[in-house]
Amino acid sequence: MRSMEIEIKGRGLIHGIAEGEALVTSQPISFLGGVDPKTGLIIEKGHELEGSNISKKILIFPHGKGSTVGSYTLFAMAKNGTKPAGIINHKTEPIIAAGCAIAKIPLIDNLEIDPIKQIDNGDFVIINSSEGLIKFNKKET
Amino acid sequence: MKKRKSPSITKRESKTLYLTTEEEKILNRESGEAAATAMRLLVTMGEIFDADRLIPIISAQISGISYKTIGDAGLEFIQDFSRLGAKTSVYASMNPAGMDLDHWKEIGIPEDFAINQKKIISALNEIGVKSTCTCTPYLLERIPNYGDHLAWAESSAVIYANSVLGAMTNREGGPIALASAIIGKTPLYGFHIKNNRRPTLSIDVQCELKNELDFSLLGFYIGKKASEEIPFINLPTNLINNTCLKALGAAMATSGGQAIYHIKDITPESKDFKEDKLKEKITVERYELNKTKESLSQELDPDIVFIGCPHCNIEEIEEISKISRETRLVRKLYVCTSRHVWKTANSKGYIDEIEKAGGRVVKDTCMVVTPLERMGISRVLTNSSKAANYLPTLCKSKVYLRDLKGCMKYAIDGN
Repeated sequence: MRSMEIEIKGRGLIHGIAEGEALVTSQPISFLGGVDPKTGLIIEKGHELEGSNISKKILIFPHGKGSTVGSYTLFAMAKNGTKPAGIINHKTEPIIAAGCAIAKIPLIDNLEIDPIKQIDNGDFVIINSSEGLIKFNKKET
Repeated sequence: MKKRKSPSITKRESKTLYLTTEEEKILNRESGEAAATAMRLLVTMGEIFDADRLIPIISAQISGISYKTIGDAGLEFIQDFSRLGAKTSVYASMNPAGMDLDHWKEIGIPEDFAINQKKIISALNEIGVKSTCTCTPYLLERIPNYGDHLAWAESSAVIYANSVLGAMTNREGGPIALASAIIGKTPLYGFHIKNNRRPTLSIDVQCELKNELDFSLLGFYIGKKASEEIPFINLPTNLINNTCLKALGAAMATSGGQAIYHIKDITPESKDFKEDKLKEKITVERYELNKTKESLSQELDPDIVFIGCPHCNIEEIEEISKISRETRLVRKLYVCTSRHVWKTANSKGYIDEIEKAGGRVVKDTCMVVTPLERMGISRVLTNSSKAANYLPTLCKSKVYLRDLKGCMKYAIDGN
């Protein structure tokens, strides 16, 4: 049986369409030093996603943290083919926004719901940041 | 691509950011891929911060220059950007590199590091960024005027430009400042708007500040205590010069999020605001400065003395050269400055005096962005609380703090 598709509005920042499995954390992410651009693995010690691979995922987290050089890490991931398919933030900030702009990763924030609470790891998510919306299917259990 | 109407000004979606036809064309790649990327960066910042338009800037200061900081990821981005034909449209200067560009071998920089560092610099030069390699762009030939809009990265330069010069800039990150240098514009938000520069907190300093280290400690204390506030500072001292203001702001922007401070009767905008309207007041006495120092510094036997965070101005180099004259240093001394100030200092004979005594004046770089841990340096004596904050994590060094005179005494007699 097909699960229900939910559509939510938000603020599209880096325009494009992306789809993939959700990877969700309530903790901010530092891309400089926190993510390995060669593999796409989260390597920050003690992070709740430590050891998870963000490649081709719809990555959902509150906002970035750490050095502004983290923008370049996202760019390196785009070149290495390890970048996330799309990013959903609570409220994004310049590090993630600049990174998505140069890595061409669709980015949306300010959703009408809390994506971290409403979307689970493995849910199928479509970001259409050009239209300022996302759609998702709850994973069938 | 979305269809857009084409009157002279177009509204973007439901947002309030307006772009001119010219700006829309750049965004739609009519001026090439690199300019489009730069414009996309600025538009995104504008949308995040609810700017209503872009405004022209006078200059840009680019951070993220050292190979140690940006690594291969940053190097590749800058090289790609350069290959795509990115060109600056306003004066753009750059932060310190990871080494003296001319004398890297002499200071023990590994060759693989030097090769990558040079690639970063030449790609930036191709784009049009000048090899100023300093965190003190306000000491270069082009000093911004009161009211000028800038897009500066480097927090210590931002706070100096806003506070001491009365120019207007946000705290930009490296890639955004580069985008602004290319487009020649920045989104209108934050510290580009007079009302956002208003003080929010009164700081009453009740002890005498005796030297640049005291100013640096005061700055660090304020930043840590009130990271989000704009301080209005009352200072009971006659000793206020540009060296002290440089130290104060650099430290404040290190421990706090500050991009501006005001000092009563000293900084240019202090007269525009009334301090009695401020809701909260913090009193600072010697005790707070001592505590701050203890948190950053430990007594140890340093293997190097480092002065120049932020980069030394000509007055500091003059003082160091006077103290060094006809002495023989028993400890290593590194003085860091810009190549611009270095030239002036050299023509006045200051560099010779310092180097005759056994010290070294290093340009283009600073200890914090140098691969110290690969050069066998692990204990540093300095007069900068900004350096004291970063050296332990970025260079795995321990730090001892003294004022400039105290640092020089150690260099001369080992005590």
